[in-house]
Amino acid sequence: MPKKIRISNVVEQMPPSGIRAFFDLVLGMKDVISLGVGEPDFVTPWHIRESAIFSLEQGYTSYTSNKGLVKLRTYLSRDLRKRHGLRYRVDDEILITVGVSEAVDLALRALLEPGDEVLIPSPRYVSYAPMTQLAGGVPVIIPLRASQGFKLTPKDLERRITPDTKALLLNYPCNPTGTSYTKNELLALNKVVGRHGLIVISDEVYDELTYDFDHTPFATLPGARSRTIYLNGFSKGWAMTGWRVGYACGPAEVIAAMTKIHQYTIMCVSITSQMAACEAVVGPRAPLEEMKREYARRRVFVVENLNRMGLCCRRPEGTFYAFASVKKTGLSSVDFASRLLKDQRVAVVPGTAFGAEGEGFVRMSFASGMENLKEAMQRIEAFVGKPL
Amino acid sequence: MDPILQFLQKDARLTPREIAKLTRSKLDKVKKKIARFQKEGVILGYKTVINKEIMKDKSRSVRALIEVNVVPQKDMGFDKVAERIYRFPEVTSCYLLSGTYDLLIVVEGKDLRTVSQFVAEKLSPMENVRGTVTHFLLKKYKEDGFLLKGKDEDRRLAITY
Repeated sequence: MPKKIRISNVVEQMPPSGIRAFFDLVLGMKDVISLGVGEPDFVTPWHIRESAIFSLEQGYTSYTSNKGLVKLRTYLSRDLRKRHGLRYRVDDEILITVGVSEAVDLALRALLEPGDEVLIPSPRYVSYAPMTQLAGGVPVIIPLRASQGFKLTPKDLERRITPDTKALLLNYPCNPTGTSYTKNELLALNKVVGRHGLIVISDEVYDELTYDFDHTPFATLPGARSRTIYLNGFSKGWAMTGWRVGYACGPAEVIAAMTKIHQYTIMCVSITSQMAACEAVVGPRAPLEEMKREYARRRVFVVENLNRMGLCCRRPEGTFYAFASVKKTGLSSVDFASRLLKDQRVAVVPGTAFGAEGEGFVRMSFASGMENLKEAMQRIEAFVGKPL
Repeated sequence: MDPILQFLQKDARLTPREIAKLTRSKLDKVKKKIARFQKEGVILGYKTVINKEIMKDKSRSVRALIEVNVVPQKDMGFDKVAERIYRFPEVTSCYLLSGTYDLLIVVEGKDLRTVSQFVAEKLSPMENVRGTVTHFLLKKYKEDGFLLKGKDEDRRLAITY
């Protein structure tokens, strides 16, 4: 009998995603209206696609420097200074990564010693805790409350800090809750972070999709730049998910450490994608504004309808997600999602996909055309209106 | 442009109630504003954009772009001549251009013969028309910002984080 291949302990012990079965169910079903998609329904604006095609015609098919094209880093450096007053040196403070996902992974691996704790407010993006574990760290979950708009408060933050706490992994606007923070709220958090000398890994990939106020990058707060790793990318705002381009900005020693890992594991981001990203930074912003207006319009429509049906839902400050409570139905998140799928063929993501703190909620994406959303709302209403 | 007009230009089916919500203004105010736009002629009409390229119905009409050289009239310039031309119901659009000819008009008819007849019998014989060049439209790719092809399919996975 052949010997079974042994898998490493850390991977073996990672809990499998509890809702894999539900995902498989959705993917196997036809004629589903899906509000379960975590990416824009728009394709990348044409001027960006065209510039990528042009770069291929010109023969740009080689590796780039590990840190990414100098051109792209220069554009980003200028853009961050112009739009946020953030100053990052082109040479040693910016790294181009395979989406923000790689940047989070690099940051954690560059920073963590075994046993170091990483604070993760939750509901949270699915990969934060597993990535922390893979990097040898200990994820420490900070449960967020719906009654507080799923916002991290300075008090809740302070309470979880121990001598082993190394970093806070912050994501705003947040996938899945849509919650973001005003400058004042961030200033209060920054005080706690500063007092305890924590590093902030700030995933701000949804920053362009902030509706009610201007987005404030964490690194712009007083004293924060030297202990913040600012992560962003092109996927959400520019509808460039499949290109896989993101970037990390931070103190030179951290970027150098992250680059070390990146050069051995990834080498560099695809040059075509980097060329496309260049165009996104320096090209016209009108297509982005147009997409944002459309999301804003749908946001009003979806949130209002959900609340009318009794699926309580706060108006998300950013992203294209509504995080709605299903408590009135008496069903668990997974049961609600499964039954809605079977009954009405509408797919949503159970809140528990984003941690136990998401129980009682489902994430509904409004990155879907208005016609689809109208139909979906009618079907959901038919579902919740029925005696269960 | 007024936000109300921006929304209506994209989707004329939006109700005043929806527009009020989107622009965060009072329903009454929106209704009044729309009425005013209509009265002032800022809003001229509401129409549906039909993609005739993929229509099953084969009774498609024929369209021609016609370059027209005219003799401007004393004291009136081109306006008077243009008016005589654009009053014909066959003319769906009429523009005055700079360059080698003066007016560009779009003419629609049920077939080639009808359009040719219009040019030969109505347009060319006009006293102030010096000459015409007719271009029949063969295929439309894009019109008023709309791509004239079938719906794009959604290539995304049905569920992702």
